[in-house]
Amino acid sequence: MATTTVARGPAKPGARAKRKAPFPVEFYRSALGKKYVMAITGIMLIGFVIAHMVGNLKMYLGPEEFNHYGEFLRELLVPILPRTVALWLLRIGLIAAFVLHIHAAYSLTRINHAARTVKYQSKRDYIAANWASRTMRYTGVIFGIFLVWHLFDLTFTGTNYHYVRGMPYENVANSLSRVPVALLYIVGNLALGVHLFHGTWSLFQSLGWSNPRFNAWRRNIAVAIAAIVVIGNVSFPIAVLAGAVHT
Amino acid sequence: MKEINVTLKVWRQDGPNAAGHFDTIPAPGIKDEMSFLEMLDLVNERLIADGKDAIVFDHDCREGICGTCSLMIDGQAHGPQKGTATCQLHMRKFADGDEIVIEPWRATAFPIVKDLMVDRAAFDRIIEAGGFITAETGGAPDANITPIPKTVADAAMDAAACIGCGACVAACPNSAAQLFTSAKVSHLNLLPQGQAERYKRVEAMVDTMEELFGSCTNHGECEEACPKSISIDFIALMNSEYLKSKFKNRKRLSQHD
Repeated sequence: MATTTVARGPAKPGARAKRKAPFPVEFYRSALGKKYVMAITGIMLIGFVIAHMVGNLKMYLGPEEFNHYGEFLRELLVPILPRTVALWLLRIGLIAAFVLHIHAAYSLTRINHAARTVKYQSKRDYIAANWASRTMRYTGVIFGIFLVWHLFDLTFTGTNYHYVRGMPYENVANSLSRVPVALLYIVGNLALGVHLFHGTWSLFQSLGWSNPRFNAWRRNIAVAIAAIVVIGNVSFPIAVLAGAVHT
Repeated sequence: MKEINVTLKVWRQDGPNAAGHFDTIPAPGIKDEMSFLEMLDLVNERLIADGKDAIVFDHDCREGICGTCSLMIDGQAHGPQKGTATCQLHMRKFADGDEIVIEPWRATAFPIVKDLMVDRAAFDRIIEAGGFITAETGGAPDANITPIPKTVADAAMDAAACIGCGACVAACPNSAAQLFTSAKVSHLNLLPQGQAERYKRVEAMVDTMEELFGSCTNHGECEEACPKSISIDFIALMNSEYLKSKFKNRKRLSQHD
């Protein structure tokens, strides 16, 4: 009988033993660990967008309340910490979460592209994969670009309107009264909503949080979070355009 | 019984590195009681009678338990019927005049051997890494000698239903093998006989899987494609087992630096 040999070779060309690293680094090296990081940073970012949206609702109470809230954030924990320190700690956490979320997404995407170098040549008929789940990387990138614009628009420099640092109410009203800018905010937030619709559901799975007790609620929670964030955030440009928020 | 006429659009490829193309092959006079594979047999007999090359495709038991048949039919792994393998799909699912597109599984880890046949040895690499037990189980044991709660036994059985066909990888937009690996990990990790290698197993199998396949983005497409309808809950279970394993670091316990 002819003997057959099975070619086994190294699974990855150039694969070499890595130095041992502390647990979090070691864990992050695996794709599964990256999914955990995506989920945990996702929770942090979801927490932020909800707090951001809720805080911005103060806009409807008028300039005084809103600007006072902005100042309050800078004075968070002030007798314990110097002014703006608590805010900067939060910002650093947020930036770290963003960087890790994006890096994990980037490297997982590369792994996934390599896993199917020759695509299906006929049309796929998806059953469970929905539009949101298949556009995560696009909605993520669209929102990321919008976010950079948003930071320049209302935090760093202002974008071609009369920007005054420390006067957030006036800045929002002045910037979003421009129709194209208002539309940009709406598009950016719709992308965020689609991203949250899949991301919030998906993070339970990535973290291994699966239990018949709450599994049926995972989709509902995702829908609720996406809807709350989108409705709240989209209301701002609409309110400005409608004249409810004005200088 | 009814006869239908269909047209097949079949992927033909001479070898792993050859360029492939779709061949349009008319298949008239197909009895609707035929299974999908019997239909392909008939088409092949006609091709051979015409002196042409038969379509190469994987098949074996033809009763949905061996996991050998594959085929991406009209963009769905194992075709349009839920919870069955291609061999259990019947031509009555199709209408007269249909064009049926047939493609092989597509994944870098599943190279095409010829036409519709792919090499699924990558799954064997994952099994070799940890899909076994070392506990002595002896001959057939007395009933209930190892008490296992019914719910646990049922869950392990649901996972063990995996026939390793690769539909999960084929259906996954990322070519991830999470459903297969998680079924194999869960099947053994849930049972008392699998406890000795519990942590080593999940780590070894996941690490091997990640060298070969894509990563899970929780589309849920695998569960729909699975001929055994294995739940993606097992993927969540595997994720939590993997974290525990990495955290416990059993591999390095009692070792000094």
